[in-house]
Amino acid sequence: MNSPPSSIRVGTGAGFSDDRIEPAVELAERGGVDYLVFECLAERTIARETLTRLKDPDRGYTPYLVERFQAVLPACRRNGIRIVTNMGAANPAGAARAVRREALALGLGDVPVAVVSGDDVTDLVRANPQLPLMESGEPVEALIPRMASANAYLGADAVRDALATGAPVVITGRVADPSLFLGCMLHGLGWSYDDWGLLASGTLAGHMMECAAQLTGGCFIDPGRKDADDPVNIGFPYADVNAAGELVLGKLEDTGGRLDLMTCKEQVLYEMHDPARYITPDCQLDITGVEFVQEGKCRVRVIGMKARPRTSTYKVVVGYHDGYIGEGEVAYAGPNALARAKLAEHIVRERLKARGFSYPEIRVDYIGMSSLHGMGDGRPEPYEVRLRIAARSPDRKAALAVGFEVRTLHVNGPSGGGGGSNAMREVLAVKSILIPRALVTPCISVEGSL
Amino acid sequence: MSVRVYDLAHGRAGDKGNTSNISVVAYNARAWNILREQLTVERVMQAFEHVAKGPITRYELPKLQAFNFVIENALGGGVTVSLAQDMHGKSLSYLMLAIELPGDES
Repeated sequence: MNSPPSSIRVGTGAGFSDDRIEPAVELAERGGVDYLVFECLAERTIARETLTRLKDPDRGYTPYLVERFQAVLPACRRNGIRIVTNMGAANPAGAARAVRREALALGLGDVPVAVVSGDDVTDLVRANPQLPLMESGEPVEALIPRMASANAYLGADAVRDALATGAPVVITGRVADPSLFLGCMLHGLGWSYDDWGLLASGTLAGHMMECAAQLTGGCFIDPGRKDADDPVNIGFPYADVNAAGELVLGKLEDTGGRLDLMTCKEQVLYEMHDPARYITPDCQLDITGVEFVQEGKCRVRVIGMKARPRTSTYKVVVGYHDGYIGEGEVAYAGPNALARAKLAEHIVRERLKARGFSYPEIRVDYIGMSSLHGMGDGRPEPYEVRLRIAARSPDRKAALAVGFEVRTLHVNGPSGGGGGSNAMREVLAVKSILIPRALVTPCISVEGSL
Repeated sequence: MSVRVYDLAHGRAGDKGNTSNISVVAYNARAWNILREQLTVERVMQAFEHVAKGPITRYELPKLQAFNFVIENALGGGVTVSLAQDMHGKSLSYLMLAIELPGDES
């Protein structure tokens, strides 16, 4: 092995499971990146995919896995770019096999894939029912009969070890989002896993980049107030990081969006609670001293991040079955629209009651008026209003009845109701616990031959 | 002369479980000073009374001239179980920006 390069470029390929495909291709083809990281795993995705895997042992990885690799793998192989992703979800080994099949189909030959597992801790949770839930302090025990999944957020050390196998692609299940990026730096820059200054840089870089376009103009534009070039084709970010931990964020200048102090400030606080103590499996990041310096169009230097040593636990998200949610919608417009919507609500509530259904929670929205910010004082009555009624129930039939009774308004309800819709879904809820690190063993294997 | 937070700052909402966090980033030093004095936890709680139970914590980041408001019990029980349309509370940043403040005393 040669001495590690003094600087690497790590790009974001996706910031959530349903993200756009082509920005990753731009970075792979002409972004000069060494690593491309795809973060595609929301909190409950693993719970849903665990259920998928129970039905079909070959599945249980995230949707669009094959489409994403089909789009980027040729350029990544051509340019020697290594891919790191948590798209493995509940079945990283199955995802690895699917990627290898796709590589063969693309004429790219035998592409070895390193697999990170060991995040599935359902057996550990069953064996430790006394562990308290972070939300309530109550023991996790009560959830165990309804548990669908339990996964620990693994750290960057697991990603580093997977990259050390030499496989061009690394697929994981649950790994903390910033750790996917930090792992590339640990490996590519030969960083120590106990150098808190370096871990602060890499964790901050990962935190800034994990939501992809949210750093480069996505979730940002407010026309006339905060604008950006070409909002149709927002480019994804990359980070230039050197062995000393110096960090510059960038994006391709000819892509849409913007990368500047304003986008950086919004993203650095995204999903952050105490800014002095952002806990990842790798460290406790402190951003209170962070400053951003514009170094050029689409280039921002970041200084002042610090970190304290990591905690002694892994966070575990437990997914569990939590009944059903039923909902229905119908819309009214023109004179007296709100009164007609309110009468419709009354009818549905009374019909559900008359049929003997009751619900622990019913929510009524007047879309166009009160569905997002609640019914504040002095809201003007809108020209159009869409009634939405949603309710939860442990009973599937009761949940189904909500949409049914809204649907019956089609011919039985107030005048001029149109555009009805209804839906019912099974709820997979999540709660968190902390598990001592020593109980969890991250596992690295390789599909294919190196 | 009263002023909207929208005219002083920009921001973004994020979610973790049943907690929403909303950044408020001042456009300039004058805006930062007004916000620091007037965008109090009490004022925010009042604006959010129809959507959140609280408590609310305000963190100050003077180097960024920004605040991070952490609003607990704000997301209908959490993203995975909420009955709301906007389960993540992404639109809540604009409830923050819509707050009216007294503005400059002068």
